[in-house]
Amino acid sequence: MSDPVLQIENLQTHFFTDRGQIPAVDGVTITVNKGEVVGIVGESGCGKSVTSLSVMKLVPNPPGKIVGGTIKFKGEDLVTANEKRMRDIRGNEIAMIFQEPMTSLNPVFTIGNQIGEAIRLHTKASKKQSRDRAIDMLKKVGIPRAEAIVDEYPHQLSGGMRQRVMIAMAMACNPELLIADEPTTALDVTIQAQILDLMRQLNREAQTAILLITHDLGVVAEMCHRVVVMYAGNVIEEGDVRTILKKPKHPYTKGLLNSLPKLEESQERLYSIPGNVPIPGSLTVGCRFAPRCDQATDLCRSEMPQLKAVGDNHFSRCWLSE
Amino acid sequence: MALLSYSIRRIFMLIPVLLGMSIVVFSIIRAIPGDPALTILGEKASPKAIEDLREVLGLNNPWYIQYFDYLKQIITGDLGVSLHSGASITQEIGPYLAATTELTIVSMLFAVIIGVNAGILSAWKQNSWFDYCAMLIALIGVSMPIFWLGLMEQWFFAQELKWLPSVGRDNSRNPVEAITQFYILDTIMAGQWDQLWEVVKHLILPGVALGTIPMAIIARITRSSMLEVMRADYVRTARAKGLAQFWVVYKHALKNAMIPVLTVIGLQTGLLLGGAVLTETIFGWPGVGRYIFTAIGNRDYPVIQSGILVIATIFVLINLLVDLLYAYIDPRIKYR
Repeated sequence: MSDPVLQIENLQTHFFTDRGQIPAVDGVTITVNKGEVVGIVGESGCGKSVTSLSVMKLVPNPPGKIVGGTIKFKGEDLVTANEKRMRDIRGNEIAMIFQEPMTSLNPVFTIGNQIGEAIRLHTKASKKQSRDRAIDMLKKVGIPRAEAIVDEYPHQLSGGMRQRVMIAMAMACNPELLIADEPTTALDVTIQAQILDLMRQLNREAQTAILLITHDLGVVAEMCHRVVVMYAGNVIEEGDVRTILKKPKHPYTKGLLNSLPKLEESQERLYSIPGNVPIPGSLTVGCRFAPRCDQATDLCRSEMPQLKAVGDNHFSRCWLSE
Repeated sequence: MALLSYSIRRIFMLIPVLLGMSIVVFSIIRAIPGDPALTILGEKASPKAIEDLREVLGLNNPWYIQYFDYLKQIITGDLGVSLHSGASITQEIGPYLAATTELTIVSMLFAVIIGVNAGILSAWKQNSWFDYCAMLIALIGVSMPIFWLGLMEQWFFAQELKWLPSVGRDNSRNPVEAITQFYILDTIMAGQWDQLWEVVKHLILPGVALGTIPMAIIARITRSSMLEVMRADYVRTARAKGLAQFWVVYKHALKNAMIPVLTVIGLQTGLLLGGAVLTETIFGWPGVGRYIFTAIGNRDYPVIQSGILVIATIFVLINLLVDLLYAYIDPRIKYR
């Protein structure tokens, strides 16, 4: 599995606001190989959603702008690609599903219209063909009565069903990369498991690579081959899912794992990492995690560590892991 | 099916509204202090004339008989007889109504086409120079007194430039032969193209004068509604599909943003159909507003009464149409 579909290299997406330039994503490097599921984990505001929107070039502009780095999709740089080329790619070669299935579908168009629209946009399919394809896709994502649902409106479906529709819409043109931005966060736990199952099945059958953005390490453990941990606009640790979950190197990753409730141990109180994620733009010199890190040294506070190999396919951005 | 049953339900809900309206209109003539017949005819009328008028108006019957007689009368489409001209109001009001309707349609087309598009573009290019200019013009538009705008138009385009006629519906030396009373239709049906051009020219100034305030309101409402919708998740979904921004705006966003815009369009159309008395007077437009205005001067109570009834009915029907359009645009509405 070393055939890269997506190579994000030193991506910098900044927001230009009245309060100045805010580096929401500041030098992120991520590679996704064909058929691979890569997770991006991090707290709210660490830049994971902005990274995913940057790949689609859907960061609201103004105020957001990609100011540096490259995003190579099958070797083609998307940062320099024009809008027309991006429209060809969006929904066709790279598709995206979002966190809020309740609001991500347009309430005034039928399910069939919305799925069919994506199909007609990227293929030469007729209305009839795209409708048939929409029904097929609905069946594939496990929607009962697909022939009837295709003519219904989003408000007639539950949240889980709507997320299945979103997945059907995203998969309709057989994309090579699916970006899923917190796809199960808004769903019940049982529905979550179903949606994850469905995504895993699509990954296996269609060999679609998935970039899965989440803050839920449980989802990562279940879904991903590889994990990228982000903090304050940077990648701070990256590695195989087993390595990251069993032998994390970075104090932040360790902290995240420690703050998960464990069934086998009775704990008085859950561990939590002291402090808060720094407000983007307020970053100073040194390691960004240093102010919250209990092992921080003077070196950590004065100089920013680089992302370095600490093992087989395992990288960490920490002075202590060297 | 759901849309049909919703429509039928909604039409049935009109019955109490229309009944209530008829009671109000019925009361108007009876609410005149003292003897209506005396008030209508004036102090110097002979007792015989007053008694005759009381008989004509049915004022000698108990009020509930009077109301049911009145109801029976209007249900059959009989709006009574004008005291001034002695003619049937149902027949007399037709041409006036047609004139007002024609002017309203032209004004609203002007207001909707320009207002909606200006609002959309302003939202799309928010904070651009276009946005600032459009919203400034809209602000001036809503603030301008309509009679002043009408007079300025007449002075500039009719008096100074002599481009357009300032009063009337057609060229008085070569009047349109009315069939439907809608002059645009009449001239097209008769194939009189030079006449059609005359009619269109007569419509421009009053149409713009009447349409300016609705246009400004529609532009502002469309802009704010679009700005709200453009931030919605489904708009991002549409873009993530690879849809061009034009279709994202004009298909996905616009349909969702239309509900408040439609409300304003409905209300403004209702207002204009009520006959804009000021504009119709300034432009010598033979519409309902002027008809009722003249009737007030003549103390022609049956005409006032029927005129109000017709206008109120039109207002209610337009609101019904708007409600039905809501359900057509937003499928969630009919299930509420």
